[in-house]
Amino acid sequence: MKTTRRSNGSAHASQGAGTLPEVRAGRVVKDKLVTALLWCTMGGIVLLLGGILTFLSARGAGVLSWDFFLEPPREAMTQGGVYPAIVGTFQLILVSMAFAFPMGVATAVYLVEYARDDFFTRTVRLAIRSLAGVPSVVFGLFGLSFFAVFLGFGPCLLSAGLTLGCLALPIMVGAAESALRSVPQDYRDASYAMGATRWQTIYKVVLPAAFPSILTGGILSVGRVAGETAPIIFTGAAFYAPHVARSLFQEVMALPYHILVLATAGTNIEMTRPIQYGTVLVLLIIVLGTTLIGILWRARLRLKNVR
Amino acid sequence: MPAATPKFLVRALNLHYGEHHALKNVEMDIAPKSVTAFIGPSGCGKSTFLRCLNRMNDFILGCRVEGEIKLDGMDIYAASTDVIALRRKVGMVFQRPNPFPSSIWENVAYGPRLHGIRNKTVLQEIVESSLKGAALWEEVQDKLHTPALALSGGQQQRLCIARAIAVEPEVLLMDEPTSALDPLGTARIEELVRELKERYTVVIVTHNMQQAARISDMTCFFLMGETIEMGPTQEIFTSPQDRRTEDYITGRFG
Repeated sequence: MKTTRRSNGSAHASQGAGTLPEVRAGRVVKDKLVTALLWCTMGGIVLLLGGILTFLSARGAGVLSWDFFLEPPREAMTQGGVYPAIVGTFQLILVSMAFAFPMGVATAVYLVEYARDDFFTRTVRLAIRSLAGVPSVVFGLFGLSFFAVFLGFGPCLLSAGLTLGCLALPIMVGAAESALRSVPQDYRDASYAMGATRWQTIYKVVLPAAFPSILTGGILSVGRVAGETAPIIFTGAAFYAPHVARSLFQEVMALPYHILVLATAGTNIEMTRPIQYGTVLVLLIIVLGTTLIGILWRARLRLKNVR
Repeated sequence: MPAATPKFLVRALNLHYGEHHALKNVEMDIAPKSVTAFIGPSGCGKSTFLRCLNRMNDFILGCRVEGEIKLDGMDIYAASTDVIALRRKVGMVFQRPNPFPSSIWENVAYGPRLHGIRNKTVLQEIVESSLKGAALWEEVQDKLHTPALALSGGQQQRLCIARAIAVEPEVLLMDEPTSALDPLGTARIEELVRELKERYTVVIVTHNMQQAARISDMTCFFLMGETIEMGPTQEIFTSPQDRRTEDYITGRFG
């Protein structure tokens, strides 16, 4: 075509009506509608969360006091606090993470850095993904029969913690796997090109680069572990324990199970109700608090490498 | 052609990626302490060949190498070759600057630490001399402990060169080291390459023919996995023997 740019442009404009229809008002309206709809869903979720928090605060904040945090339950749980349950929850988080974090990271390192894409690895991946979908009560029964009975630990902090660890494992593996995969191949190449071995490259380059994202997996797992009831009922959660567990082989109280107990097994439900709301609030504070600390830590790590 | 014994001696080298025959019967001598440039259109095998020289192709699944590459007379594809030791001798700088997400100091000290140097004073000396060797010391001496990723692209690439020379290699392989840089950054790297050849054997892959003409002593033209022509850079660019070389350097294709 031998036309000047100007005549070309006008040819386009006159053609435009024929091939591409004009932008109609309907499309603009639809765009606005969808935007509004998406905004509403987002707003709805925030409202829901805010609603739950307000509701719980209104009902539960009244019982919160230093004594509530520092005393064991008294008078058939109608008085006193939740101190042993708070400590027990943290102990369970510690034990489960001590198991799930290194196991999860190691599994992910194997899958990403060592394994070839063959039948075996694909089966392992499928197994891990299926594990994430197993109901938590099944983990509880497994923990009872494997840790408590077969390995002979009995119902205790160790059994319950390991059971929660199994529950957290697929989340950990998944998070660590995607974290490792997102480390640029460039880093590995640079390391190998200087004569690093595979392990040196993983340990000194890949893991540090992936660590902030792996931490995200850890944070998610802690949130999950802290709130679970079913896996610990049979494996080590105590209905009532006046003292904090001093060894891995003692039973512990835990906030989620304590809430269940307060709601269903009390002799005087009406009297325990305020304490129940208070306990729920404490559990939420712990979960949200741990998450917040994790997020801040991750943000710090990320910033350190760029600024 | 310099009379010295070649640093690299390549004979009948063939490389397959599965079914694809990527390098065909490559033969080449690379002189020590010189700059050799590989030119050719995309996908002609020049980068693949470069990565054979320090066995970075080992990681690629289904990649088969036949033939012979000798470094100082030792076959680097022999079963007895220590790949770790080979890569320490034959360093590499990549297309995109790829400093680690840590401080400038940590980046340069990484290699020496890998090879067992723990003494801080010794490491500090290596960091300083490597950064000087990469013409970066003046710019970063006051901020050695700040993140490497805060540097400009050109500075990052010179940092990668410093990191590579910190393990005292004999050869530096450069895979299009300036293709992600602005003209100023490119000019500094080119200047640096000319200095580096005093101490190292430099092999550089480039898409930029002016660059090859400016900085290299020898030039090799690759086309579809074959080496079409290799010779002193001046001759390649002024009187190429093969018509395909001439077509490429005059911009008729590629």
